[in-house]
Amino acid sequence: MQHERKIRVLIAKPGLDSHDRGAKVVARALRDAGMEVIYTGLRQTPELIAETALQEDVDVVGLSILSGAHKALFPRIMDLLKKKGLTDVMVFAGGIIPQEDLAEMKKLGIKEIFGPGTTTEAIIRYVLDNVPKKT
Amino acid sequence: MTRTEEIVHGVLAGNRRSIARAITIIENEPLKAHEIIAAIYPRAGKAHVIGLTGSGGAGKSTLIEKIVREYRQKGKTVGVVAVDPTSPFTGGAFLGDRIRMQELSTDEGVFIRSMANRNYPGGLAKATKDAVKILDAAGKDVILVETVGAGQSEVEIIKVAQTIVLIHAPGLGDEIQAIKAGLMEIADIFVVNKADRENADKTMMDIQAMLQLNNNGKPWKPPILKTVALSGEGVPQLVEKLEEHRHFIEEDTERKKKLLKATAEAELAEAIKERTVSSILDDLRKEGKFEELLQKILKREIDPASAAEKLLNERLRKH
Repeated sequence: MQHERKIRVLIAKPGLDSHDRGAKVVARALRDAGMEVIYTGLRQTPELIAETALQEDVDVVGLSILSGAHKALFPRIMDLLKKKGLTDVMVFAGGIIPQEDLAEMKKLGIKEIFGPGTTTEAIIRYVLDNVPKKT
Repeated sequence: MTRTEEIVHGVLAGNRRSIARAITIIENEPLKAHEIIAAIYPRAGKAHVIGLTGSGGAGKSTLIEKIVREYRQKGKTVGVVAVDPTSPFTGGAFLGDRIRMQELSTDEGVFIRSMANRNYPGGLAKATKDAVKILDAAGKDVILVETVGAGQSEVEIIKVAQTIVLIHAPGLGDEIQAIKAGLMEIADIFVVNKADRENADKTMMDIQAMLQLNNNGKPWKPPILKTVALSGEGVPQLVEKLEEHRHFIEEDTERKKKLLKATAEAELAEAIKERTVSSILDDLRKEGKFEELLQKILKREIDPASAAEKLLNERLRKH
């Protein structure tokens, strides 16, 4: 039990969203699926998110955003993750991200985007199937 | 250099990525963990390790954030290990202590790590002790360990921390008398947080009364401090007391030697036990008798303790 490797996930809310109900639902679902989930609350800056991902040595980062600021914030976040050497971290996003922006976000390195209506089962499945193996 | 050597090198240089990777290895890979601890052990033992415990809702995380800021003002570097419970049913954990300290994340002199206790009894993960060693070897002056607020027998903390702070808040529904004696006896400093609330004075008096009952003439008289974590009131005085306690344990070299010896002995015994048990258990499992006796236990033909005796006696006869 003690040396079982657990998947560590950071659920982060960049920008100025005023509520985090969705992010918390996802966080709890991942916890119930046996993962260790770090949730850092509202109004996170890209710097805070990247540094947290580094200190917590997470396997996955889930970005939750509702305000439409993803085009401004995601590139900065992905850039900082790269600068800190966190290239083996899988990043996914959720919230309100319009269809027409999906391709651009994926080009930044965000592996998958879960829009409204996605089930927690789907997200859990995705993480379990795609989490990178850490060396 | 091997990957592990690289990480050790990075930890000793204070590199944050290396520290983070090292702690993950400690949690998940026993062989590499052993390698890392063996390499950094000589460089650990310098930090002031402070354990903070108390019931959930007492304001530990908020208080810790203020304590860290105070130490930073004094020019000290700080490591924080925040431990939260692992669900016994799902094996997962929600690690939310960082929320209250999050602004500190971009301060280069602070390193915060959230850990799940992975159901180690006493509310403190085995890996926590090793994580503290890593932060110590990485050069952190002060290391704060925040434990699961079970309020019960957090005596496990004593093996890690030199200074233990018990944080309580009025109106939590947990009367002082309900806090188990063990905790009251090991705490070096008592804090009544949310001291702006109505019952703060009564809470202080209750703690004072309990301390008087327990007074066994020890050289350090645990002070009781009032704080309001949200505003930071009382925090400078708390940090002063923490420093005072550090000097107290440093100066009393006899006592310090005794303490260090006891800790080292406990760790050595633990390490021996772990290896002995797993090696013997492995051997016994391979021998036919183990399964046979397990079946007998299920059929209620023999109780587990007697079965254990049989297996061990059998083994002794062979060797």
